[in-house]
Amino acid sequence: MKKLDFRAFMKKAGTKAVLASLLSIIIGMVVGSIIILISGLTNATMGPKTAWEGIQLVIGGLFSTGRDATTGALSFGFNPQLMGNMLFRAMPLIMTGLSVALAQKTGLFNIGAPGQYLMGTAATLYIALSLPTGTGETLQRVSGEWVTHMEALGMTGVTYPAWLVWTLAFLGGMMAGAIWGAIPGMLKALLNINEVLACIMTNWIAANLVTWVFDISHLQNAVENTKRAYIYKTSFNGVQTSKLGLDAILPNSQVSGGIVIAVLMAVVVYIILNKTTFGYELRACGSNRFAARYAGIRDKRSIVVSMALAGALAGAGAALYYLAGNTELYWETSQSLPAVGFNGIPVALLAANNPIGVIFSGLFMSMLEICGQKLKDLTAFNEYITDVIIAVIVYLSAFAMLIRMLLSRKKSAGKEALK
Amino acid sequence: MDILAILQSDSMAFLIRQTLLFAVPLMIVALAGVFSERSGVINLALEGIMIFGAFVGVLFVNTIEQVGWFTEAYDWLKAASAVKIDARDAAFTSDMVSNLFATQGFALLTMLVTAIVCAIFSMLLAFAAIHLRADQTIAGTALNMLAPALVLFLVRIIANQNTLNIGGDASSWFMLKESYFGFGIKLTRTTKTASMGFLGQAFVNQVYPITYVCILLFIVMSIFMYKTRFGLRMRACGENPQAADSLGINVYKMRYAGVGISGALAGIGGFLYATTTMNCSSNGDVAGFGFLALAVMIFGNWKPGNIALASLLFGLLKCISASYGTLDFDANGIFELKELGISKYVYKLLPYVITLVVLAFTSKRSRAPKAEGIPYDKSVR
Repeated sequence: MKKLDFRAFMKKAGTKAVLASLLSIIIGMVVGSIIILISGLTNATMGPKTAWEGIQLVIGGLFSTGRDATTGALSFGFNPQLMGNMLFRAMPLIMTGLSVALAQKTGLFNIGAPGQYLMGTAATLYIALSLPTGTGETLQRVSGEWVTHMEALGMTGVTYPAWLVWTLAFLGGMMAGAIWGAIPGMLKALLNINEVLACIMTNWIAANLVTWVFDISHLQNAVENTKRAYIYKTSFNGVQTSKLGLDAILPNSQVSGGIVIAVLMAVVVYIILNKTTFGYELRACGSNRFAARYAGIRDKRSIVVSMALAGALAGAGAALYYLAGNTELYWETSQSLPAVGFNGIPVALLAANNPIGVIFSGLFMSMLEICGQKLKDLTAFNEYITDVIIAVIVYLSAFAMLIRMLLSRKKSAGKEALK
Repeated sequence: MDILAILQSDSMAFLIRQTLLFAVPLMIVALAGVFSERSGVINLALEGIMIFGAFVGVLFVNTIEQVGWFTEAYDWLKAASAVKIDARDAAFTSDMVSNLFATQGFALLTMLVTAIVCAIFSMLLAFAAIHLRADQTIAGTALNMLAPALVLFLVRIIANQNTLNIGGDASSWFMLKESYFGFGIKLTRTTKTASMGFLGQAFVNQVYPITYVCILLFIVMSIFMYKTRFGLRMRACGENPQAADSLGINVYKMRYAGVGISGALAGIGGFLYATTTMNCSSNGDVAGFGFLALAVMIFGNWKPGNIALASLLFGLLKCISASYGTLDFDANGIFELKELGISKYVYKLLPYVITLVVLAFTSKRSRAPKAEGIPYDKSVR
């Protein structure tokens, strides 16, 4: 049997990347805990006990089961609802993370994921709600007869099978994202414009464009009249992703079958990047664009295609999120960009741009979000501390190289001591 | 239509006032970007620093209010608008002057505090970019994520809601009103004293003097960058740091200074934005103004003069998109811009589209600092 060589294992690049990520996570958590501690101790209405509860929830919020009814102390254990919600929230995060990671492999920083995500959202919702399926889970009464919401809006006549509408909406979302990603890609390839600047511009163009589209659309939720500025849920037209039995395992949660698609997509991206010639060309462009060109790789094409694929992945994330059926879009987004798009950056950075790693870092990020939610529900603190932790992690990954260097230096220092 | 009448209409005065309101924060934040980039550090964190600056400024005003300093002046000014014209004598005038000085001095003090705190905040970027040789884009993005998160976390704890407000209203604290100067005061139920006239309406009434302070600051800092030895040295570090180093300039120090000044200016811009357009409140959001300022900087080709013009153009577009439905230049009850039938989203989109187009056309001749984004390493030639 081959002997496990611990030292060789520690020297592998993958191990170092994982260690560096774990280290940034730990530092991020520590900073978050310190902020909670300071704000808890300095605030008159809180105290050391609240601060301690806050720290517990930031780290273990996923396993929170609320408060004990008699003692009022926090209780922990397996909570299927939170597990399901984590899988649900991880779904778009994995997709935007893949988007950023794929572009990064080609040497491009895709800060345009929020815009691509928004364009995907618009296309998906438009297709999913414009082609009537004749079904729909919520019913309302119109002159004595029970009809679906879509029928109540006058969307009758030709109906399409729900699976077809779902597929079209999903592909449409990917397509819209791809187009929106290709724009900065082309500007970069043909005119050598910095993709970061182009992406920032296309982000805000998308934010206004999408608001405009929904402002003049017929898709604003007019049925539930307590709601303002929301678009119909896709379940109103009966085009929601199958839960694939996951809701039986994790009851009362938002879980959707889309998570399976997201994981499959990650595997596909991994195979494309690492096992195909095309993927090799993309990575070659990322390592050294000019050397790749010298080797006969069409670098301009690679850049455009890479950004288009990145956009498609972000668009697919939006499609999965809104096709889940239990989500709705607040359409007045012209002044803000979706956080899930920006959070693709830390997801990719934590995974060191490895598509399989993205699955785990996506799950970790959504776990953090759940922890923040629990922190808000159960203590006087609020969910924004998790965003602080995420920002610290991004900040640390800006000099990930340095951390990795420090890690290997520590190793060699240890070796010296052994001698 | 009489062109002269239109040019002197109340709507025109309103348009000028509102355009300045949007343009000046853009201008000062874009200049902040120039300071950082010309020293060689890409500053994507403008949005984040603005958000942080807005928070620091509002928190400072809020705290001083609770301590009770300046509140006498505030109360006096708030009541002054209602004082009848015949009750205004020399003593009233001298009180007015001293109280205006007090509140405006308070505004300047807040600007100063904001600038210092934000310069320190921007050291997070400087440290990562200069000493740790980090990826400046990622470090900037990190600050953009950190600022709103930290601000919202603190605001929620301090104010128990998502917005931190000040006790009074920003207009009574920091705004000039025509009634202070004896114009537009109610005489009877229906009659008023004369209005301030076109120039007064456009540049004095309902204007925040800190806007003009920022214009002045913009001019002074531009001259500082171009006409002083320090400015020249700083710009050299963004163009050719090796050459600068060989002449005995400390590149690291210069870049720290560039980012620090950048942070101070962006913070001031954030406070200005919060005061003039958000009634001096902070909610961890400046509606993408920092990114728009980045667009202004690129559009202005990293030069202060062009940036001033670009920010006026973008400010005008922003102003039109916000108020195009209520502008009536010849006072005939028809809202001219609304009649054009162009969606407000077009005006909102235009700045970004224009920037992309300009980037596309000038990419070959772009005057972006040559060494921006590249960490300086003494050992590399």
